[in-house]
Amino acid sequence: MIKFQNISKIYPACTVNSNPTIALADVSFEVKPKDFVSIVGKSGAGKTTLLKLLLVEEKPTKGKVFFKEQDVHKIKSEDLPHLRKKIGAVFQDYKLLSSKTTYENVSYILEAIGASDKEIRRAVPIILEIVGLKDRADNFPAQLSGGEKQRTAIARALIHRPEIILADEPTGNLDPYHTLDIIELLVKINKMGTTVVLSTHDREVINKLGKRVITLEDGKITRDEKRGRFIL
Amino acid sequence: MMISIKRIIRSGWNIFSRDKEIALATIFTLFLAVCLVSSLFLFAKISQFIIVSTQEKIDISVYFKEEVDENDILGIQKEISKFSEVKKVEYVSSEQALVEFIERHENDPTLIEAVEEVGRNPFLASLTIKAWEPSQYGIVSNFLQTADFGDMIEKIDYFERKSVIERVASFTSAAYRIGILVALTLILTAALTTFSTIRLSIYNSSEEIKIQRLVGASNWSIKGPFLIQGALAGLVGSFICVFLFGLLSWSLASRFEGLFYGLNTFQLFASNFWFLLFIQLFTGVGLGIMSSNIAIKRYLKV
Repeated sequence: MIKFQNISKIYPACTVNSNPTIALADVSFEVKPKDFVSIVGKSGAGKTTLLKLLLVEEKPTKGKVFFKEQDVHKIKSEDLPHLRKKIGAVFQDYKLLSSKTTYENVSYILEAIGASDKEIRRAVPIILEIVGLKDRADNFPAQLSGGEKQRTAIARALIHRPEIILADEPTGNLDPYHTLDIIELLVKINKMGTTVVLSTHDREVINKLGKRVITLEDGKITRDEKRGRFIL
Repeated sequence: MMISIKRIIRSGWNIFSRDKEIALATIFTLFLAVCLVSSLFLFAKISQFIIVSTQEKIDISVYFKEEVDENDILGIQKEISKFSEVKKVEYVSSEQALVEFIERHENDPTLIEAVEEVGRNPFLASLTIKAWEPSQYGIVSNFLQTADFGDMIEKIDYFERKSVIERVASFTSAAYRIGILVALTLILTAALTTFSTIRLSIYNSSEEIKIQRLVGASNWSIKGPFLIQGALAGLVGSFICVFLFGLLSWSLASRFEGLFYGLNTFQLFASNFWFLLFIQLFTGVGLGIMSSNIAIKRYLKV
């Protein structure tokens, strides 16, 4: 379903005396449909960059990224929304729409895919209930805590049942109770057929999942284990 | 399709109503732009009134010799009326000229006495000729000098007023040219100012636009609400402008009428109300939408 082929991402030097930053160096791996893949690594290992490359938020310096055998970086700008609608993304910095309420942030995705008002009115309260934000539906992101923002971002990523979910540190700001809930939700969604790519620092989550683990160190894949553990 | 339009309008209204500072700034800028265009329109109308009034005061008087028969003068009047340059020809008999003189100077007994001293009517029969344009008086005067009935004419007063007539002609022509140039410059300035303000307000939302693109929103669903926001700001700005101009034209009506007889600004506003409203809405809403459209384009390339 997803294929990273000899991907390198180098950020140019910012000043005369500094060196270019190698975020990813010749990374190659595949994710098959219905896979649950965790990507682990220290901060700066390149986990977020990988996800950005798939979303076409960044372009690779070398290599190609394929989504269902289509090179995503060859898609025209006006056609990118079609790709992105198939992906549910949870960003590390939440990326919530500050001018919209929690309800509107979540319903926005359904509006983007053309769902009817009836369908939106039915689905959004359910997902908000699942992530524990039913009482915060009318609040704006500025009025939410970090954990609540993250849960809103998760709800937005899940609401339209995408083909793949990219989750970049989705439990970073959550307490253990909510962390467990979210991970269980991701596993449940994966069992229903959605491919999940999870980037996380949480050792307990990784070790408990017992799923495929790709370890990144200094932009390179050092381990790729089918039933991996958190080893850095 | 209808659902999309409804959502875009709702989203546009939300952007407009939630960010009050940006909305006020945008409304104010569009209000200024609309006021400028409205002022130019009314200024053009007032200028036209003044220019026409001034032109109305200009004419040529042709005085005929005492012995010329009235029927001959009336025949000449008919002949001159046929020319395309001539707007109106009025016959003033010598008796009528005397009556008008006495009426004009009824408060000045010295002048009346002087006329009575002469012992007879000193005024000659005349034709007062008005042309369509000040520049045409020269043509009319030349014709009168070289016409067959030239020996019936005692005097043509064009040469005494020629410099005034030429100055008026030159002034009205220059006024129109300069007016158009000033109008275009000011409209361009207003448009650029409006565009800058709207661009700043959209810059404020640049991060949100990027997020919307990343989660799969189409260009139209992102752009649409901003166009609605621009249109709403233009609409509000236009209505404030209409109200303000109505109030101003009513309060200044008597003052203008004192300066320029026959010029009632409120009547001018009222008689041109629908056209003025159309111009204001067209300018306000059009400028709002156009500026939003141009400003947002660069942010849709994520």
